[in-house]
Parts: sequence; structure tokens; C-alpha cells
Amino acid sequence: MSTAGTQGQLLAPRRSPEVRRRASRARSARSRSVPYLLAAPAIIVIAAVLGYPLYRLVALSFQHYSLAEIISHKTTWLGIRNYQTIFTDSQFWTILQRTAEFTAFNVGATIVLGTAIAMLLRNVSGWVRLMVNIAMVFVWATPVVVAVTIWQWLIDQQSGVLNYVLTHVVRAGNFERHDWFASPLSGFAIISALVIWGALPFVVITLYAGVSQVPRELEEAARVDGATSCGVFRHVIYPIIKPLVLIVTSLSVIWDFGVFNQVYIMLNARPTSSYYLMSIYSYQESFGVGQYGRGAAIAMVIVVFLIVAAFFYIRQLLRIGEIK
Amino acid sequence: MANIGGLAVFIVMIFPVYWMVATAFKSGSAIASVRPTWFPTHATLANFKDAMTRPFFWSSVRNSVVVVVATVSVSTVVAFLAAVAIARFKFYGRKAIMVLIVLVQMIPLVALIIPMYVLLARLHLTDNLLGLILTYFAFVLPYTVWMLRGFVLGIPPELEEAAMVDGCSRLGAFFRILVPLVAPGFVATSIYAAIQAWNEYILAYVLLKQNHETITVWLASLTTLRGTAWGTLMAGSTLIALPIVAFFLAIQHRVADGLTAGAVKG
Repeated sequence: MSTAGTQGQLLAPRRSPEVRRRASRARSARSRSVPYLLAAPAIIVIAAVLGYPLYRLVALSFQHYSLAEIISHKTTWLGIRNYQTIFTDSQFWTILQRTAEFTAFNVGATIVLGTAIAMLLRNVSGWVRLMVNIAMVFVWATPVVVAVTIWQWLIDQQSGVLNYVLTHVVRAGNFERHDWFASPLSGFAIISALVIWGALPFVVITLYAGVSQVPRELEEAARVDGATSCGVFRHVIYPIIKPLVLIVTSLSVIWDFGVFNQVYIMLNARPTSSYYLMSIYSYQESFGVGQYGRGAAIAMVIVVFLIVAAFFYIRQLLRIGEIK
Repeated sequence: MANIGGLAVFIVMIFPVYWMVATAFKSGSAIASVRPTWFPTHATLANFKDAMTRPFFWSSVRNSVVVVVATVSVSTVVAFLAAVAIARFKFYGRKAIMVLIVLVQMIPLVALIIPMYVLLARLHLTDNLLGLILTYFAFVLPYTVWMLRGFVLGIPPELEEAAMVDGCSRLGAFFRILVPLVAPGFVATSIYAAIQAWNEYILAYVLLKQNHETITVWLASLTTLRGTAWGTLMAGSTLIALPIVAFFLAIQHRVADGLTAGAVKG
């Protein structure tokens, strides 16, 4: 009985790779083209519906293109004149700087708050963690258009709950009938709050998944050796979640640099130029003014910025061996 | 102590969502008063009735459903084929395809909307649901490929090989072993694609006219009218968010895993 058993066990692993190899050899001979055929529809669609417009975007940015050209199908090449126009326009630089500051602030706040909440979730009771998780999922699932509408209601001049709370509960001063969009600074504060609120769920859930991988013993050992909470985070936890933080940060940069709906719908589709971000600027130049060529040149600047952020994201994916 | 912090986070995060639902059930006078009513004691369905009888509500729901169903069904099939290719086969150009798929997810909609509008205008596909479906299809494809790839990788190839050793053809093993096992992945991926298509705003706003508008465009257009009826808006928002929240609860951790692409390995 024991001999037969041993023999079977010895034979099985010896035979099975052989069968596998034979099967795979036959397969590769017959169908080397199979993976290409399988991937072809997806690649064709991506190339046609994303790749070709991207190419057209580059072309448009070197053309004079307005409504007249859409109708007449004529194209007038301008060379780099669209770029010259936007780069010599002081408004462009103001908006670029504003977008960079907006992105930096929101990404920074999102990552810091997200990490803090993820760390906090380690130390709360199970039912609190569950409640926070449920809140996060609800916020995450809320469509952006709905989120903007809710926030418009929260800050409503007349009967918005924010003004009431600030005046009567927190007693931060008289905020009755306060118009948050009267000054761009407080307007952007609201928009940032909305963006950060919407971005936190993904960041918290992801970072918490990372943080909960850190073995408790490691942390305790560090504490025994006299590390402070700050030291534990810096030297024990952060190194472990660093790849996650990098990925989440580059994704946040990409998302926040392209923010459109939160500004456009919040300002009732009529944002004044002091609320322009790059995306709104590009949109208004094209669909507001009808200068599609110039709008495309502005969009190209956005794409170049995002390629830099995407580079870090993809490098990180390659480094952790996800693409191999 | 930590629990108090946790509860504070909970309240700050959930309050806007709670406020939407609470307002949706409030009477007009409770909404208009400066002093907020924290709990709708005299709940009313009037706001929901009003939202549903607003012009274009039902037509925009129908348009959204058509767009979602078409986008999901086509993208899941096409994405699955590509996912099998990159998860199961070693071939020249595989890595390049993977980088391409990650890269195209980074292209912002706002940048592509100009050439897309120009192209579709030339093809006379603006104000046509087909044009919108085509663009959504392409936009959800990269992520759905990525997500399904994860599911295919989770199924040991030995299972298919065993079936083939037992006399099953390659295609047979594909349909009898792989497809049924990836089924949960299909569900998660289709829900993800459905959420994207349901929530999208700018493309629908630029590419469609009023009688073809989708539900998000309908809501935003209601917002942009001056003298806002908050009760109606919040009821409409609740109706739009409801199906998405329900679906999302089902697949939430899969989405996070997909975006960070398994950077946490358990």
C-alpha cells in the first residue's frame, strides 16, 4: 500500500509537466496568433476612439479651427502660432499657476488626511471602523454631478446649513446670507473641500488596506525600543505603505489637475475667469469662444503635465512587478 | 479617544449624503427656513413626485439606461478577450499593450473632448446616442481589461490544462472552465462600467442635445436654473445616486484593488 502510494506520488509530478509541455508546444505551434486576435478588438477600439482623437488634438493645436472650419471641412495650418498666442497671454500663466496650486493643495490635503484617517482606523473599535467604511463607500459612490448639487445646497446663501452652523453652532461670526463665491479664495476653499471630500474614500480605503498589512509585532518592537508614535510611523509603517502612497499620490495629481465638473457645475456653467482652471480654460476657449485650435493647444499643455504624473504611476507599477 | 475621532470622520463624511436624503423628504417650508430641520419629521414624497414630473426626466433616464446597457455589454466582452490575451499568453508586445492600457486611462476627458466633438460633428454623430456609446466604450475599456485580467490571473491555468488533457478542446476549456469561473469578475466589471457610464457628465453635455440628454446632464441643467428648488433637486439627486450606491456596495473593494493593481499583497 505504502509502495504504491509513494510510486503514484513520485510519478504524478514527473508526468504532469511533460503532458503540460507537450500540450503547450502543440498549442503554440497551432495558434501563435491567438493572443493577437483576442487583444485586437480592444486595441482597435482604443486606437480609434482614444488614439485618433489624441492625434487630432495635436493636429488641431497647430491649426486655425473655429465653427466655420467645422462646417466647411477646411483646415488652415498655423504652425506654432496657437502656442505663441497662449504663452504670451498673461491669463494663461495665471491659470496655469492657479491650477498647479489647486492641485498641490488638494493632493497634499487628501494624502495627509487620508493617511491620518487610515492610521486612526487602526485604533478604533470594530463598529466605528465599519461605520466609517460605510460612510466612505457612500461618498465614493455618489456621482460627481450629484455631489456638486449637494454641496451647492449645503452652502446656499439663504438656507444653507453651513452658514447656519457657522453662525449659530460654532459661532465663528455672522455668516447669515454669506456668499461663498463672492471671493475666489473662499470659493476655491469650498471647491477644494468638495474635491477632497470626494477623493478621500479611495485614498483611505487603499491606504488602510496597506496599513493593516503592517504586523503589530513590528510596531510593538519599535515602541519597546523607545520609538515615539511619530517615529513608528516614519520608520516602520511608512516604508511598508510607500509604494501605495506613491500610486495614490500620482493618481490624485492626475485627477485633481483635470478637475472640471466641480468648478463648472458648481458655478452654474458660467464660471467667471477668476475661477478658470486649465480644463475650464481649454473648454471655454473651444466651446465658449469657438477657438477650437487654441483650446486644443491649452489641452495639450494639460496632457503634457499629466504624462509626467502618469510616468511616475507606471514606473511604480513596473517596480512592484504588477506589469511584467 | 480614537473612537471619537473615528465618529467625527464618520459624521463629516456622511453628512452631505444624509442631508441630500433628508432634504428630499422635507416640505417646502422646512427647506426654505433659515433654521434647518435636522430630521424630516413630517416626511413627504412631494419632492420625488415633482422631480419625476419635470420635463425630460423619464427620457433622460431612458437614454442613460440605453447608454449604460450598450456600453457594459460590448465593453465586457471585448475587455474579457483582451484580458485573456494578456493574462494567459506570452507574446511579443504584451508588455507594451499593458503599458498602453494603463497610459490611456490617464488621458483626461477634457483634453479629448475637443477633437471628439469635431470628429463626431463631421460624422454627424453629435446629438446621437451611438456617438456617446462609442466614446464611453473606449473610456471604460482600459480599466475593465485591467480588472478582468486580475480575475483571469486568479484562476489557475492548470484547471484548463487538466480539461484539455481530459479531451476538451482549447475553445471548450475556455467556455466550460474559464468563463464560468470568471463569472464573479464579469459582474464586478460590468457594474464598474455601468457606474462610469451612468455618472459621466462632460461628454454627454457637449455631445448631446436636450431630447437626448442623459440623467446627469438633466440634473445639472436643473441646478443651473436660477431660483433653485432644492427639494426637487435633492429628490432627483437621491434617485440618481441610489442605484449607483447599491451597486457600488457590492464591488467596492475590487475597484480599489484594480486601481492600485495589487500593490498590497496579502
